[in-house]
Amino acid sequence: MREASDVDAVVVGAGPAGSAAALVLARAGRNVVLLERGPFPGSKNMYGGVVYGRILDGLVPDWYRQAPVQRYVTRRSTMILTDDAALTVDFRSGKWGREPYNGVTAFRPDFDAWLADQAVAAGALLVCETTATGLLRQDGRVVGVTTDRPDGELRADVVIACDGVNSFLAKEAGLHTAEGSAHLTLGAKETLALPRELIEQRFGVRGRDGVDIEILGGTSGIAGGGFLYTNLDSVSVGVVLSLDGLSRQKARPEELIARLKAHPAIAPLVEGGELLEYSAHLIPEGGYDTMPALAASGLLVAGDAAGMCLAAGIWLEGVNFAIGSGAAAGQVAADALSRGDTSMAQLGAYRAALETNFVLADHAKLRRAPHLVLSDRVQQRYPQMMCDLVEAMFTVDNPRPKPGLARLARRAAKANGVRLRDLARDAVTAARTFG
Amino acid sequence: MGPISFEERMATVDFRVGSRPHITVETEICRSCTTRACVVCCPANLFVPTADGGILFNYEQCFECGTCYVVCNRSGAITWTYPDGGHGVAFRRS
Repeated sequence: MREASDVDAVVVGAGPAGSAAALVLARAGRNVVLLERGPFPGSKNMYGGVVYGRILDGLVPDWYRQAPVQRYVTRRSTMILTDDAALTVDFRSGKWGREPYNGVTAFRPDFDAWLADQAVAAGALLVCETTATGLLRQDGRVVGVTTDRPDGELRADVVIACDGVNSFLAKEAGLHTAEGSAHLTLGAKETLALPRELIEQRFGVRGRDGVDIEILGGTSGIAGGGFLYTNLDSVSVGVVLSLDGLSRQKARPEELIARLKAHPAIAPLVEGGELLEYSAHLIPEGGYDTMPALAASGLLVAGDAAGMCLAAGIWLEGVNFAIGSGAAAGQVAADALSRGDTSMAQLGAYRAALETNFVLADHAKLRRAPHLVLSDRVQQRYPQMMCDLVEAMFTVDNPRPKPGLARLARRAAKANGVRLRDLARDAVTAARTFG
Repeated sequence: MGPISFEERMATVDFRVGSRPHITVETEICRSCTTRACVVCCPANLFVPTADGGILFNYEQCFECGTCYVVCNRSGAITWTYPDGGHGVAFRRS
């Protein structure tokens, strides 16, 4: 006979996944405790850095009027960098600057605390400064967590692990199979103070409109990329680095940020910015194929703990996947509680729920993307080839007549060791992945 | 504005240092390591090689990211836990 539970549900981690799960459970009338190890929700979190809010519409309908937003992203640039060249696709949308908005920049300590407040307002009990140290198990199922509080056992009919990329709870439950470091990247970032007017001038925006620049290249040959985006009176600039590449190259993360900031395409945008905060975090970039099992008897896993960051080159998202998976976990847990059965028989519905919404649909569709995006050709050869080609196209070399574009393309490919059959194969993979 | 020192860089971050070292490093095991990936990868630069081939580690300014134990290839060299509740890094503008 199992000991009686203290509460219906324990959610571990008050990031976007955990707060969404706790919000849904509380609204379903369930007794839910939301544990946070930091002094406040978001205190352990950083990102790189747009929140795509459509998934919030269903949870907090006018979120964009209440949430602590820095800027509304109206300009999205994708930039390819070589040592001294940059090729940028730059898109602006007036629509993105009006309600309900597309994406926003925010400081995670602000945003995550706000979302946790929504869960509290719905009736969840937020307990900060409390680290979950392990799972309580009995008769082959999870029955709660241990914490670092005195008498810190907390028994619950269901535990939702939203404990972040390191997810020791999911690992303790044996749900993770991905080993090593290949599916993880390191994000390192600087938040730099700049006057609001200067940001408007440099980035060509007004009012609360903002810019998100995603960068391929600029990481000294280490697989990964960079980002630069605007806050209200600061900008955030950082790098995302494959751990294997980083250890091989013997270059330190802050050096790589410095090199990115010194690039001729980036330096004029960040010049004079005073460092407000330096931060770093691991990112689970492996996608669908490196996700853990998502449920066990009495246990669900959501957000980064379930490896749900989407790193698919042209799309880089995470907070929305955390909220989407957390809300689904909360709903499945609430349904299971109302049936009085939180064994795997009921919690198995979680995976099915994620497959029918964007969370696993996007991940399954884009499962080949992380591998393609981190390949040497996409990281090194194609960017250099494209910049070489565009440079040759627009270099006026009079008195020589203009060369044919096909010849320039062949020359750029050859100079960068790109073989036609590799290009064709990658194009097919890309078409299958993104098509 | 000139480049800032690493100490100044880390001084921008709020740490509420707990009394328990949440990460410990077995420097004897580190002596046999040739890759020293932690020294390069730790974004807070907390792993310092010593003259006698070991590693000096201080937990106080740790981002709790997990990079060190992920890149470490010496079993048992790094014991990694989260700080006790309420302690450790507290980001504000990230």
